[in-house]
Parts: sequence; C-alpha cells; structure tokens
Amino acid sequence: MQKNLVTKAVGIIVILIFFLYGIFGIPKGLSGNAFKEALLSRINLGLDLKGGTYLILQVVVNEAVSSETDHTVEFLQEELKKANAPFTDVSKPDEKNQPELIVAKGIPLDQGSKLRSIVSDRLRDYDVVQGAQGSYNIVLKAAAANTIRQRAVEQSIDAIRRRIDALGVAEPTIQEHGLGDYQILVQLPGLDDPARVKEIIKRTARLEFRHALRNGQTYSSEEDARSQNGGFLPTNTELVLDKSVGAKANGTRYYLLEKVPIVSGTDVQNAEPATKADTNQPYVKFRLTTSAGEKFGAFTSAHNKNTQEPSPYLAIVLDNGVIEHAIINTEIRDEGEIEGGFTNETAKELALEVNSGALPASLRYLQEETVGASLGADSIHAGVKAAVFGMLAVMVFMLVYYRGAGINADLALFLNLVILLGFLGWSGATLTLPGIAGVILTVGMGVDSNVLIFERIREELRNGKAPSAAVDQGFGRAWVTIIDTHVTTIVSAFILFLFGSGPVKGFAVTLTFGLFANLFTAVFVSRVIFDAILARKQRGEALSI
Amino acid sequence: MEFFRNTKIDFLGWKWYFLGFSLIFSVAGLLSMFFWHGIPLGVDFKGGAQVRVKFAQPPDDNQIRAAMDRAGLHNARIQRFGSAANNEELISLEQKEISGASLDQGKEQIQEQIIKALDPNPPQGKNDINHVGTATLRDILATRDPLHVAPREYENVVRQILDFRNQRGVLKSIDELQGVVQPPVLDALKQDFFAGGFSIGGTSMVGPQVGAQLRKQALLATLYSLAGMLVYLWFRFEMIYGVAAVVAVFHDTLITLGAFSLTNTDITLTVIAAILTLVGYSMNDTIVVFDRIRENVKMMRRESLAEIVNRSINQTLSRTILTSGLTFLTVLSLYLFGGEVLRGFSFALVIGILIGTYSSIAVAAPMLVAYQDWRSGQSGRGTIGPASSTPVGRGKVGVKV
Repeated sequence: MQKNLVTKAVGIIVILIFFLYGIFGIPKGLSGNAFKEALLSRINLGLDLKGGTYLILQVVVNEAVSSETDHTVEFLQEELKKANAPFTDVSKPDEKNQPELIVAKGIPLDQGSKLRSIVSDRLRDYDVVQGAQGSYNIVLKAAAANTIRQRAVEQSIDAIRRRIDALGVAEPTIQEHGLGDYQILVQLPGLDDPARVKEIIKRTARLEFRHALRNGQTYSSEEDARSQNGGFLPTNTELVLDKSVGAKANGTRYYLLEKVPIVSGTDVQNAEPATKADTNQPYVKFRLTTSAGEKFGAFTSAHNKNTQEPSPYLAIVLDNGVIEHAIINTEIRDEGEIEGGFTNETAKELALEVNSGALPASLRYLQEETVGASLGADSIHAGVKAAVFGMLAVMVFMLVYYRGAGINADLALFLNLVILLGFLGWSGATLTLPGIAGVILTVGMGVDSNVLIFERIREELRNGKAPSAAVDQGFGRAWVTIIDTHVTTIVSAFILFLFGSGPVKGFAVTLTFGLFANLFTAVFVSRVIFDAILARKQRGEALSI
Repeated sequence: MEFFRNTKIDFLGWKWYFLGFSLIFSVAGLLSMFFWHGIPLGVDFKGGAQVRVKFAQPPDDNQIRAAMDRAGLHNARIQRFGSAANNEELISLEQKEISGASLDQGKEQIQEQIIKALDPNPPQGKNDINHVGTATLRDILATRDPLHVAPREYENVVRQILDFRNQRGVLKSIDELQGVVQPPVLDALKQDFFAGGFSIGGTSMVGPQVGAQLRKQALLATLYSLAGMLVYLWFRFEMIYGVAAVVAVFHDTLITLGAFSLTNTDITLTVIAAILTLVGYSMNDTIVVFDRIRENVKMMRRESLAEIVNRSINQTLSRTILTSGLTFLTVLSLYLFGGEVLRGFSFALVIGILIGTYSSIAVAAPMLVAYQDWRSGQSGRGTIGPASSTPVGRGKVGVKV
C-alpha cells in the first residue's frame, strides 16, 4: 500500500515536471520577466491576443478550369484540322458560369466519329455529348474539374507562401480554410501595416506572351472592334486593355490578341529586376525554360518582320492588361526583357511575383481583420487578471469550506491548469480568446468534480461509514457522474472541433484536453492525496473535510 | 462548514412557478428578437466594417457622425468602448454603407475614408504618427537618417516609438516621445510627422459571404453537438433523459440569446464560444441530477418518480449551489475585470450560469416527471389515470445499468 502510493506520487511529479517544461521550457533566469518571456515563447497566442492581420481569400477557381478548357479549345481546332474534319466553330458559349463546357459546331454528321476519337484518345478528362442542331458538347468531367479547382487552391497557397516569405513577414499561417469552399486563410502576426503585403498577395501576376493581331491596330471600345471586324470578333481572340506607359495619353484603347498565350509566367525559369545602362530605366530580365524557349523560338522565327506571316507583333500581358506591345524584330529563344515602364519598386515586385509563381486564378478578399497590438495586450492583461482573481477566490473558498480536503482540491485545480497550459506548449496549439473560454469551463468542471466527490464523502460519513470506506464510496459513486458529465462534454467538443470554424475549434481543443487533465487530477491525484492522508491516520480519527 | 444539510424542499411543487418564470423570459426574449431589437449580430456574422478609434480628446458622437455623413459613410453606428475616460469609440458600418469601396478594394480604403472624415485637413506632406506602421516609419527615418547609422539600426528606434505609442493608445503630440528617442530622432520625426489626435486600434471587415458561412457553421456545429449529447445520454440513460437535457439546454440558449436581444448587445464569434461554454456547463449540471435520479430509482423501489426526483435534487443541491456559486464567481470576476473585449463574452456566461443551474432543477427534472405522467395517462386512458404520486409508470422512466 505504502509503496504503491510512493510509485503513484513519483508518477504524478514526473507528469508535473513534464508539463511544466511544456509551459516554460528552461527559463533563462529565475526572475518574473524571464519566466514570462519563457512562457510567451512556448505558448502560441492567437492573433486576437497578440495582434496582427487575418485575411480570408476566395480563390476564383473557375478561372483555373477556364484556362484549362481554353487550351483544349485550341488543341481541338488543331486536331480537327489535322484530321481533315471540317467545322465552323469550336468555342465556349458561357465561359463565366460553365467554364467546363466546349461546343463544337458545324461538323458534318459523318465526321462526328473523328471528334469522338480525338476526345476519347487524347482528351481522357472530357466527355462528348451530342448537342442541339448537330453540335457537339465537349465537357470536362466533374472529377477532373474538381481536381483542377483543388490544385488551384494548393498552387495559390504555395505562391502566397513564397511571396510572403520573400517579403520577410515572420511566422505567417497560410492554409486552406473551411470545408471545400476554395478559401484560403492567411494570418500575419504582428503585422501593423498590411496594405503592401495584401497588394502583393492578391496580384495574380499572370504574365503572358501573346500573339497580337491586326498589326497592332487599337480599338476604342468593343463595339468599335466588332464593327471593324465585320460584326464580331474572330473566334478565340480577345480584346485586352492597354495598360502600358503610353496608354494614359492615348485614352482607353484595346488590342486584339490571340486568346491562348504562346508562353506564360509558369514557363519563366527566372526573372530579375535590372536597369538599362544608358537610360537608367528599370526593366525585368527573364529566362524561359528549355521547352518553352523552343516554343517561343518557333513562334518568333515564323512571325517576325522578315517573314510573310501576318501581324508580327507580340503583346506582353500582365493580369489582363497589355503592358508592352512591340514588333518582333528577330527570333527570340529563351531570354528576353520586359520594358513595361517600371519603377525600381514595381520591377522588383513583378520579378518576385513571377518567380514565386503566378496565381492560377484570381483571389477575392472575403474577410480582413486587424487587431492592434495594444488591443491584444489589453485583452490578455484583463483576461489573466480576471482569471487569477476568480481562481484565487475559488481556492480560498474551497479551503474554508472543506478545510483539509480543500488542499486536495486546490492542488488538483492547480495541476489541472499546469497540464492544460503544458499541453498548449507541447502541441503548439494556439490559445485564443475563445480558448480562454474553454479554460474557464475546464476550471468550472474541475471544481465541480471535487465538489461532487467531497459532498459524496461527507454524505457517506454522515451515514456512519469509517473514513477510508467513505472515501472509497465517495470516489466510486462520484466517478460514475464524473464520467457521464465529462464524456458528454468531450463528445460535444469533438463535434465542435469537426464542424466549427477557427475560433470555435480553439475552444474545443482547450476544452477537450482540459477535461482529460481534469479526469486525471480530480480523480486520480486527489485520490492519491486522500490515501496518503488516510495511511497516516489512526483508526477512528476523523477526516478533515 | 456546511451550507445545506438534509434539505427537503418540494421543488416539483413549484413547477408551475418555474414554468411561468421560464415562459416570461423566453417569450420576452423572443418578442424582442422578432419585434424589437432583432438578433443583434456583430460585424463578424453580419458583414460590414468595424473600426476602433481611440481619441486624444473626449470625442463627440454627433460630430463623428456628421463627419462620417459628409464623407459619404452613412448610418454609421457609434458606440462608446470601455469607460468614458478611455476616449474610445467603435465605429461600425453596415455592408451596404461601404460605398464604392467593396471589400476587395480593402480595408485601407474604409480606414482612409474614416481618417479623412475625422481629420479633414491634415498638414500637407506629413504623416500621422498615430497611423504609421513599422515599415513606413522605418523607411522614412532611414531616409532622413538623423543618427547617421545603417538603415537597419532604425528597427530598434521604430520599435521603441511604436511600443510607446501602442501603450499610450494615442499620442497627443510628437513631443510626448521626448525621453523615448534621442533628440535628433525627435527633430526628424517633427519634420515628417504630426499627431492627428486619434489612432486606430483594430479594424475588421467581413464580406457577406463569410458572415453567412459563419452563421451557418456556428448554428450547425451547435446543433450537431446537441445531437451528439442526446445520443450519448440516450445510450447511457434513456431517450427521455437525453430529450429533457437537450430541452433544458435549448431553453438556456434561448433565454441567453433573448438577454442579448433585450439589451441590444452584439453577438460575436466570442459570444458564440461563451454560449457553447454555457451549453456544456448546463448539460453538466443536468447530468449530475440525472445521475442521482438513476441511482435512486434503483434503490428506492417504493417511491414515486416525483418523490425520487425531489429527493435527488435535494441530495445534489449542496453540490449544485457550490459549483454554480464558484463558477459564477470566476465568471463575475471576468465580467467585472475582464475589460471591454471580453464584455459580451462574460455577459453571456453570467446569464448562462444562472440560467443553466436553474434549468437543470426547474426544467430538465420536472420534464422527466411530466413525461411519465403523460405516459401513464395514455396507458390509463378511459379509466381514471393514476396521479404522478403513484409508482405505476415508474418502470417507463427507468434506468439502464
């Protein structure tokens, strides 16, 4: 019995030390400040407590699907031509709402099998369905579209992370948010002027090199472009706004460009800012990957001012705006320059964005929150002060009301708090304001377990049981109740964790662990102390409770 | 020391009073939700913008409102934040009032608009020391270079300045920094900065989509967790125990929400955490009583369920009052000393703990008896139904061991 108690006591002390280490690590000194610093370095405070910026972004995933089908449209046209299958039009009727739908028109009935075999052999992710008036609908399969959407989110997260890292923001959190809504959560702790970071995160930085048509002619509006091209724009072309340096002086104007780029930002192996030696004008130098270099070389050798192909012009498009439009003088292979009228700053930013990868789709801000550092500090101060006051009041009361046994309860409560905080330190879980609510409920239930047990012991003593039998019965009976209350709450905390969003999750985590800690302290530790006290008592001596 | 010993209070005898009490508060809350204040949702659920501004001088709400109107930000809600001596205000704008600047264009724009509204004629070419962030301040100081050191040396100076400002909340003039920074830095600051008389402590902007999503998620999470508890109690006790416990918890949530509506206090995400806490707490309280009932049903085979329930409530009364009293003490301390940010949160807990304790005695336990009466009334239809004081139907609200 005695030996058993010693083993248990040693076990409890080891656990206490383990979790104390979780809270403080090894502090640099013994002063209050050293402890405070050690505590803050171990326990992750949420943004609501430490200050910083919190962003939720929506990835417009349909754009990624749309750019996939854009490539397929071009591919289909080439393949149909190769197979000598006549067609009048291959295009997407409703790009915005149905980016996965391509419609091929004007294919004679007897040639339909050619289309079918192209799709079934080369475009495994697509289905062909007979559409209205002899047309064919080529639809991206739902599973494939979802993969593209999911990948767009992952790529966006990667790109955002690289951009934020390049800016040197400390300890950012970037992760998918919510349940399959294609949202991203970005947390930037301690950041007090997020404007610039926000700008850079959001910039799609989709860089494209596209074939410019009609020898660089510009149009003042879409109507203008249509009327000059016989009523409608040629298929698979697009009007793109001129955003180059000279554009302001010329008013709003558009270029007519090929829809599918020759090469794009993802084909850029490396980009860096540079300055022209003669004019001091900043520009961006880039090098393409080998395969993209070949593609670009093939295009530029066919379309330059010395060849017979129409419109030997190239447009450099950044985020749906033409930043440079120029005649192609000679073949360009893998190296080039972009002279988009940059400042030092913008050239640097573009290089950073291109290197970190373009976003596969644009982003929209859904939520943005900034907590000032002083606000967070206020909450901590007030919260800690209140919690300490509350705890002290509870502890004093337990001592007065239960005398000797009150020490048990106070020790159990204290240990409970140590384990809970130690867990936060070990696991790297984040303590938020709702997390503090979880701590409060834990303390409440910890007190409750003690009260339940003690009241039960008193009841048994009143019924004339001997102290050791009363302790035994008291723990035994109360145990059933404690298990029921704890399991019920853990079940609900678990469900909250599964279905809740950020703050609610934080609540669930602290609560769950607090309850486990409580089962250990209120039942096991308190029992060991009781047994130790009983072992020293003479038979018949009363229990202080 | 002992407060309660062998109490023999006939709680079930008060059931009509309990019912009346619960009805009055639930209905008052519901009426307020439907016809008066509605459910006052915070900006995180409703969408919109909220900016916390700390002024150097006591602010005048009407002036602020007028300034906002002039800047095209109508229907701004202006609330005092904390004690009056704090000079802090919370300015809230509804989604539809964020004119022109959609969420995409960002918070800066709203913030700028508010700054412009509050300080329409700032000195030209100077920055406001109360709004400047780390990076900008560092860059400006490094350009001016009053100490003739490497640019990165200014990081520390900047941190000292901003820490001091954040501690103060707002700087009334640049001269307040005397003693915090070296004189040449102070002179440099005076050339580039002015103190605009207010600072922005925190901002939040929530799009309507996120607001709706959060509302849905909080509601679903709560409902699912209630269902989870119901299933567990069904498994451990009996169906009716689970139902009674869930009804009691629902009753608590309703009354707490009602209290928020009646006092027109915003329900934010933190308040939801508090409501979840009170759900857990109330459930805990109810289970303690139920557990005792289950135990007594096994031992007291002759008494009616009503008697058993009464006895069980009395037996656990000491524990109930102690635990609730102590938890209430913690929460009250949070309400009194916890500061403004925690106000809504601790308000929910203060109400919740009182109601949660009350409901386990006054709602959940009587429901068991009422259910049993109803069951025996059904089986005895046509004859004179046995009253609740007879043990006939007890087997129906029994126990699984």
